[in-house]
Amino acid sequence: MQSQQAQSTQQITQHVHQWLSENWDPEAGLVQWRTLLAESGWGAAHWPEDYFGKGLSVEVSAAIEDVFAEFGAVGTAQTGVRMLAAATLLEHGNHEQKRQYLRRILTGEDHWCQLFSEPGSGSDLAGATTRADLDGDEYIINGQKVWNTSAHHAHYGLLIARTDWDEAKHKGLSYFIIDMHQPGVEVRQLSQMNGHASFNEVFFTDARIPRENLISTAGNGWQVAMTTLAHERRSFDRSRENKRVKQTGRIFVELKKELDISNEPYTWYPQRAGRADLVMRRAQETGAINDPVQRQEIARLHILSESAKWTAQRAKAAQKAGKPQGPEGSLGKLAASEIARLAARVHTNISANDALLTGPNSVHDGVVAEILVSVPAVSIAGGTDEIQRNIVAERVLGLPKEPRFDEGPFRNVQRNSAAKDPSK
Amino acid sequence: MAFIFTEDQEQFRDSVSRFLKDKSNTVEVRKLMATDSGFDPKVWQQLSQQLGMSGVHMPEELGGAGFGPVEMAVVCEEMGKSLYCGPYFASAVCAASALRLAGDEAQQETLLPEIISGEKIACLAVSEGRGVWTDEVFSTTATKTDGGHLLNGHKRFVVDAANAHSLIVVATDDQGIGFFVVDAAAQGISVTALESMDPTRKLADVQFTDSPAQKLNNSQPEQLRILVDIASTALANEMVGGAQTLLDSALSYTQLRFQFGRSIASFQAIKHRLADLLLELELAKSAAYQAAQTLADSALWSANGQIAHVDKVTEHASLAKAAASEVYLHTALECIQMHGGIGFTWENDTHLWFKRAKSSEVFLGTPAEHRERMLTALCAQSTDLRNSA
Repeated sequence: MQSQQAQSTQQITQHVHQWLSENWDPEAGLVQWRTLLAESGWGAAHWPEDYFGKGLSVEVSAAIEDVFAEFGAVGTAQTGVRMLAAATLLEHGNHEQKRQYLRRILTGEDHWCQLFSEPGSGSDLAGATTRADLDGDEYIINGQKVWNTSAHHAHYGLLIARTDWDEAKHKGLSYFIIDMHQPGVEVRQLSQMNGHASFNEVFFTDARIPRENLISTAGNGWQVAMTTLAHERRSFDRSRENKRVKQTGRIFVELKKELDISNEPYTWYPQRAGRADLVMRRAQETGAINDPVQRQEIARLHILSESAKWTAQRAKAAQKAGKPQGPEGSLGKLAASEIARLAARVHTNISANDALLTGPNSVHDGVVAEILVSVPAVSIAGGTDEIQRNIVAERVLGLPKEPRFDEGPFRNVQRNSAAKDPSK
Repeated sequence: MAFIFTEDQEQFRDSVSRFLKDKSNTVEVRKLMATDSGFDPKVWQQLSQQLGMSGVHMPEELGGAGFGPVEMAVVCEEMGKSLYCGPYFASAVCAASALRLAGDEAQQETLLPEIISGEKIACLAVSEGRGVWTDEVFSTTATKTDGGHLLNGHKRFVVDAANAHSLIVVATDDQGIGFFVVDAAAQGISVTALESMDPTRKLADVQFTDSPAQKLNNSQPEQLRILVDIASTALANEMVGGAQTLLDSALSYTQLRFQFGRSIASFQAIKHRLADLLLELELAKSAAYQAAQTLADSALWSANGQIAHVDKVTEHASLAKAAASEVYLHTALECIQMHGGIGFTWENDTHLWFKRAKSSEVFLGTPAEHRERMLTALCAQSTDLRNSA
């Protein structure tokens, strides 16, 4: 059985190799090439055959991506929020929606953003108060979103908004695709404490969404959002490196431009994780490696990061062996926060006043200072440590939940005081 | 193991776990810890002979099961969970490994089968100072005579010395540091049991006065370091087992205990700390398992071992020992705290594990000493890498 599958995987990858040798052209335009990929189905082989895929398994699809990498051919657009949009559409979208959006997701022509968090609902995402009011064949949108990566160059947004204030919190939400290029949508960059601006705020003032852009049914928005979030978590660790950009040809020039734009918000992410990889080098450069007190802290960090690495490998090995997920699979994010905090402390102790410098006299182009001002984000972004601990305690350890104060019609739930109550 | 235990290893774990649940419950532990010997010879015979635990990591031709450090670590972890009181660590882990490393073929064939079968108990006498094993100065001497050697000196913190039929002793002779085996009944040996706050691990001081001993013929000074690695790996696995029991106990008690009209486990002040303990424990488990795997993969253990670098073994062993020590003690303290007043009583079982956590924390060296030992081994590897580049 297994060898049969291996056999057919090998046949498929051979076929893809053949197809690439017949069709691949580094002098083609990026969109032109990806359009060919989308129509052939080889650019997203795990998608259904009706929608630009081949209906193959994720494993076979990964093997096909390896063939592309070996061949040096460019694949479909995989970066940013667009793949979350694709996964959500594939699961909850109707036929027209899939036909309309999926191809241009693969070609990279359309940029997408996610419009979930609000100033008044961060950890409690389902407490969103952005309104969507049906007016004839259109929904009218009013409210504010925040932490929207790439919203400033997005064509479309994935939006959750409240369509029913008399339903319970999770049941009054609906999920939409909104055209970002319209009056009534204002995007403002949000500056962070580390000097980068990776996120935006988005303001809606009587913005409009045609009724056919509702995904799934009105009131089912939370279920749809869960799909998006599940894929966001899965892509959390995906490497953003692309080794193919070194190659030559018109298509690579266009690809580099695309990657520069889509990777720009993430340049500080390695520093956010604490750069434990730099610690030994800095300790040797400064002589801290010879100080017994510093050695203790460096050793603590090494223990923590090695243990976290092995724990992730245990989780992966268990998953590969088809075993039920153990607790080790849910702990990565909390471990990452712990590593980042400790690494920032160790870097501070090693570099002392040099840790502060950002200018031309700084060590390694100001990277230590960037670590220090970026690490506080790691335990907030993508679910705070406090929420992670709730999840681990309740779902992994099976501990009882906190008492709730947000049941019943959402209209009556106590919320952040706003200048203007959006429920009225 | 490759980050996951095999079906066979899981089955072995289950049988060890079932046996210990039956034979090493806390009623039994409390009974044994009040005795001088601290163990039940009948249970020791059963686990050695029926389950083959005492020789699980020893070769089949000497009566062992032919498995390796990973299976040894499984036994240690399960014993840590149930706080098993018996000479497994002293005899099967430390003394048997010393004989394997330092004994010649004839010595191994004479001495090991009875230790592996559990008929005889051996122990390893190393420390003369604070009981840390590493960085010791050995003033115990072995003086060559016609028939062998005479031992003179004073060893401290020897686990299960009072139960041992023979002792493996680290001593200095004209060749440097070596390993010597001495019969417990030989002349000039005086064993003084130490009263310790952890009554589940029996420690003793041993005085040697012209005690006749036999040198282990393949003795090399660097074998002591490998023994510290093996003992640290075993102890780390025992410790994560103990921490698991403490976490389970805290989880069950906090869910049963109601205050202010709700289970105290529903308060974030409690549940967040339990989540943190789970994180710490899983990280320490990964470290303990990896240390066992590195040992199994090393050329030290098997002729076709993949890891040639002794520093990698030391790095992972001390990493695991430091990590597991801190987690075990932290879990014990949190477990007491979450039990409230009842956690401070003699009647409640938590203190039994707390005390084992404390004695394991300092035994073989404190966490700080193992962090330093780990980092030294890590730096040694990068120096070698630089030189070979």
